[in-house]
Amino acid sequence: MDILIYGTINSVTLALYALGFALVYGVSRLPNFAHGALYVLSGFIAWSAVNTLGLHYLLSVVLAMVITALIGSAIYLLFLIRVRGMAISEIIASYAIALAILESLRWIGFKGMTYTLPAFIDGSTSIGGISVDYQRLVVVGAGAALVAFLWFFTRYTRIGLALRGMAQDERAALMLGIDSDVMAVVAMGLGSMLAALAALLLLPLGNIVVESGYNVLILAIAVCIVGGIGSWVGAVMAAFLIGFAQILTVVYLGAHYQMVVALLAIILTLILKPSGLFGQQKELEERV
Amino acid sequence: MSPETPSRRRERIDRGIKVRTQGLYALMSWRELCYLILPRLVLIVGLLGLPIMMPGMYWKRVISIVCIYALLAIVFDFLAHFVGLVSLGGAFFVGTGGYISALLNTKLGLAPLICVPGAMLLGGALCTLLLLPCLPLRGVYFAIVTLMYPLLLARVIEALNIIGGTDGIMGIDSFPSAWIEQYLVIVLVLVFLFGLRRLVNTDLGLVLRAVKDNDQAVKASAMNITYYKALGVFIGACIGCLAGACLVHIYMWAGISTFALDFSVLPIAATVIGGSGTLVGPVLGCLILVPVSELLRDFGTLRIVFYSLILLGFTVFRSEGLMVYGQRKYHQFERWKSI
Repeated sequence: MDILIYGTINSVTLALYALGFALVYGVSRLPNFAHGALYVLSGFIAWSAVNTLGLHYLLSVVLAMVITALIGSAIYLLFLIRVRGMAISEIIASYAIALAILESLRWIGFKGMTYTLPAFIDGSTSIGGISVDYQRLVVVGAGAALVAFLWFFTRYTRIGLALRGMAQDERAALMLGIDSDVMAVVAMGLGSMLAALAALLLLPLGNIVVESGYNVLILAIAVCIVGGIGSWVGAVMAAFLIGFAQILTVVYLGAHYQMVVALLAIILTLILKPSGLFGQQKELEERV
Repeated sequence: MSPETPSRRRERIDRGIKVRTQGLYALMSWRELCYLILPRLVLIVGLLGLPIMMPGMYWKRVISIVCIYALLAIVFDFLAHFVGLVSLGGAFFVGTGGYISALLNTKLGLAPLICVPGAMLLGGALCTLLLLPCLPLRGVYFAIVTLMYPLLLARVIEALNIIGGTDGIMGIDSFPSAWIEQYLVIVLVLVFLFGLRRLVNTDLGLVLRAVKDNDQAVKASAMNITYYKALGVFIGACIGCLAGACLVHIYMWAGISTFALDFSVLPIAATVIGGSGTLVGPVLGCLILVPVSELLRDFGTLRIVFYSLILLGFTVFRSEGLMVYGQRKYHQFERWKSI
């Protein structure tokens, strides 16, 4: 029973990490290695808004999400747009941005265990004899709501449809009057906002530490690769697959192996089926 | 309405001496010979003279580290621009080579000068074997796999607590003398630099470059591209493992930190700054980057910020790199032409 509950929570966590990354990668084929950095950055923005400026908590959450979205768009407009399509330069440039953000946060002095965000609702309840924090339930609910929202957003709004068009065939989308650069900026902004949302939901469960930026990135990549590119269903399913696999290894093998599972998942998927479990689009291009 | 048309444009022309030195006629005059030899001589004499010019043990150690990073950067450049495999796994080669050399030294009691070549061949073979299933992957996918391999190995060593676990392997012998330690790496850099430059111009190098440019065409010529890719990776992995083995014997310690991301990222930064696709550029980049990052050590993590900003700037705004710029200025001149 506890495997089921904690597996679900862990899976939703992974899905939250990965959705922003999957959105950016699906739309503009940009592996945004700064995703983890944006995640941590938004946490610190919210923390500063609450503790330094003394704003109300919900207000600072909204503020952090907006600022992170703007920063993400600015990163794209200033740097990444110039290396678009050069896969390796994209990776190097976005990774350099991630390093710059994370290490300057560390230099400013955000380190140690002293930075925490308050939970939305304190206290805990018990499901089937296992005690669960309300915050964890909020995470699961918000994750489900987010997936549902994204499903409607990409099917019934103009921007969402345009994003999907870009993801499926950029040239055809261009011919139909969709500006690919604008869409890529929108995607990057939305992706950053999703990173911020994930951070603000999940960070109250622990401390804000700079190092988690790197782990979030690895987990997001793992989920996206296992799930397949441009496939929402795939990303969510992969999150559950990896989430439960992690919890099972923690229970039966030990906590050390949690990261090994994610890394192994990446390597095995890329070797055996590089297009991922649910992606069909790029299979021919990736393999010789 | 119409934009103002410029009345002149700049054109770029090869220097006469560059054209004259391309063939056998270069041997006819001292001037042409000097034009050819001078840049190479500056590099060789400069590298060999560095330890004599540098004061103190500290900077001598820095030069050794520069050379080790330079070996890795050459490997990255070779694999990325001549074989077409972008390997972000410098740390994978360093770690494998380092651990093998450390085990050969501590468990079998072999001398460092035997361990290092042993680790080079064994490590090269092992890395090639592990990377073999990934070879059909292209571009970003190969890059991500190679980035994950060292992370995975480090976590596995940590989790299983094998070969030293988190403490690493201690008590590894150092090289017989400080001068051997110093000059071994420098000579290795020079040997592999000029060796690889020669290799990419042989028939084998031609095939490797063809695999990079158009693998389908190579396949259509009835050549086994997996074999050639594996060969390229083996050459690269051997050099990378050699660098790792030297590093372990210089520090007299092998641990999980040999799988650290530094060994993957810094060589790439050096290649981008020095000029990719030139093989000399990465060495130049390391000669600039590593000492600069040593000088910035007082600033703590700010040094990583500086250095990632430099990397970002060069990648996004000046992607040709210093060496390509330098070569262009050396071989060509520019002039205005009226139109």
